[in-house]
Amino acid sequence: MTRGSQLRGKTAFVGAATFGLGEAPGYTSIEIAAEAARLAIADAGLKTSDMDGLFICMPNDYLAGLTIAEYLGIRPKMTNSSRTGGSAFLTHAEWAMLALDAGLIDYALICYGSNQRTGAGKLVAAQVPSPVELPYRPHNPVASYALAASRHMYEFGTTSEQLASVAVAARQWANLNPDAFRQGPLSIEDVLATRMVSDPLHAGDCCLITDGGAAVVMTRADRAKDLRHTPIALLGAASATWHIEISQLADLTVSAAQESGLRAFAQAALSPSDIDVVNLYDAFTINTIMFLEDLGFCGKGEGGPFVASGAIAPGGSLPVNTNGGGLSFCHPGMYGLFTLVESIQQLRGQAGDRQVDGAKLALAHGNGGTLSSQATCILGVPDTV
Amino acid sequence: MTQATPTTTYFRNLAEGKFLLQRSQSTGEWVFYPRMLAPGSGATDLEWVEPSGLGTVYATTVKRMKPPEPNVSIAIVELDEGPRMMTHVQSIPPEEVVIGMRVRARIVDAPDAGKILIFEPDSAE
Repeated sequence: MTRGSQLRGKTAFVGAATFGLGEAPGYTSIEIAAEAARLAIADAGLKTSDMDGLFICMPNDYLAGLTIAEYLGIRPKMTNSSRTGGSAFLTHAEWAMLALDAGLIDYALICYGSNQRTGAGKLVAAQVPSPVELPYRPHNPVASYALAASRHMYEFGTTSEQLASVAVAARQWANLNPDAFRQGPLSIEDVLATRMVSDPLHAGDCCLITDGGAAVVMTRADRAKDLRHTPIALLGAASATWHIEISQLADLTVSAAQESGLRAFAQAALSPSDIDVVNLYDAFTINTIMFLEDLGFCGKGEGGPFVASGAIAPGGSLPVNTNGGGLSFCHPGMYGLFTLVESIQQLRGQAGDRQVDGAKLALAHGNGGTLSSQATCILGVPDTV
Repeated sequence: MTQATPTTTYFRNLAEGKFLLQRSQSTGEWVFYPRMLAPGSGATDLEWVEPSGLGTVYATTVKRMKPPEPNVSIAIVELDEGPRMMTHVQSIPPEEVVIGMRVRARIVDAPDAGKILIFEPDSAE
C-alpha cells in the first residue's frame, strides 16, 4: 500500500473487553473501568504492568488517569485524561497511534466505566452550561439534538417515522446480541407512541441510561502479531471540533464528522463503499442519520430515506451499530469506546448471531458534546494493511 | 484592557432594559455570545451596539413538561445581524413556533432573578 498516511496500519488493537453492561449495582465507576481494563489486558495476553500508555475519560473524575494508574498499580510514561465527551476514546486511539508509532510507549490502554444508571439514576453530563444559555434551562443534551432534528426535517423533509426506523434497526441488532440491555420486538409505531420529550424526539429516539465499562489495548503492528488474537489494524484516525453549544454550529444539519471522516478515509486510503460494518455513536436517532450522511455513506439529506429502507438493519446493505447501539445495547454516558469494541469483535469474527459475514473493514465513530467533537477510526483485518 | 468582562456587561445591559451586542469596529462583524475577541478574526476592537432586535427562527423544539406545568419553547433565533442565540419564542403556544418565523426581541423577567431576552412573532411582518 503506497497511498494513505504513513501511520496507516502501524498500530493495532490487540485486546478488547466490556464489563458491567446494563446494570452493575454496587460498583463504583472506577471499579467498572478497572475490571474492563483487566479483562482487555487479559484478552490481549498481556500483563497490567505492560501498559505504559494510559488513556481514560470518566464521568465525573477529571483526573481519572491518575486514579486508574494508582488503582491498577502501574506507572505509565504517558497519561491522558483528555475529555471531548463521548468521542474521547476515539481521540485517545488517535493519540495512542501517534505515541506508539513514535516509540514513546509500547502498549496503550484505553478504558472507561460508569455506574450512571444504578449510581446516579440519570444521565451524567460533564458539560458546563454556557452562561448565556443557562437562563433558558434547555434540557440538554436532548434539546440540542432536537433542534438539529427540527432543522434536518425542515431542510430535507426528514420524518419522525424515518427517525424511528433508526431505533427499530438498533433493536433488531440488539435482539441478536445477548449482552444488549433492551430486547424484544419494536415497531416504528411503538417508537412514535412513546412520550414526546423534546419535539420532534420521542423517548424512543433517545439512548438508554445504563451502567457499563469498556477497554481496549493497542500496540505497534510488529508486537501485535505475536499476541493472542488476530491484530485489528488501525488504518486511519482523525477528529474535529467545531463548537460546544448547538447554537454555535454553523449548519445544524452538518457535523464535524464530515471533516473527521474525510481525513480518516484519506489516511486509510479507503472510501465509504469499502466499509463492511459501521459502529457510530447514536445518542439520539438523528445522530445516525446525520453521521451516515456526514461520513459519506449517503448524500446529505438522504439519510432519512436511507435508514428507512432497511439498509442499516440486519440483512441490509450497510450493517450499522451491530451491537444494538446506545439506543438498545448500552449507554453509560460516554458511549464512544463501545464503537471500537464492537468493531474489533466484528473484525475478529467474535460477534455471534450478529456477526457480519466476512467483515474486513469497520468504521467506528464517536460524538461528544452536542454534535460538537467528532472522531472517526477505520479498522481492518491484517490483509487490509 | 480590551473588552472588560463581556458576560457581565451583557447581563448588566439586559438588567437595565438594553439589548446590546458586540460589534468589531474594524471588520463590522457582530459577535454573540459576548467574548474577549471576535471568534475567527480575533478582532479585539469590540464595541457594544444595539441591533435591530429582529430575527428569524432557525431551529425549534418544545421542552415537554409534566402537566400542569406548561410546555416551554426552546429555539435558536438567527438575528438579522448574523449571530444566532438560544432563546424562548413566547406569546404563542410553543408547538406553533416554526422555522422561518420572523420574530422580535423583548426583554422580560427571568424565571429566577434578573432579565432575560426572549422573542415574539413580529406582528409588523
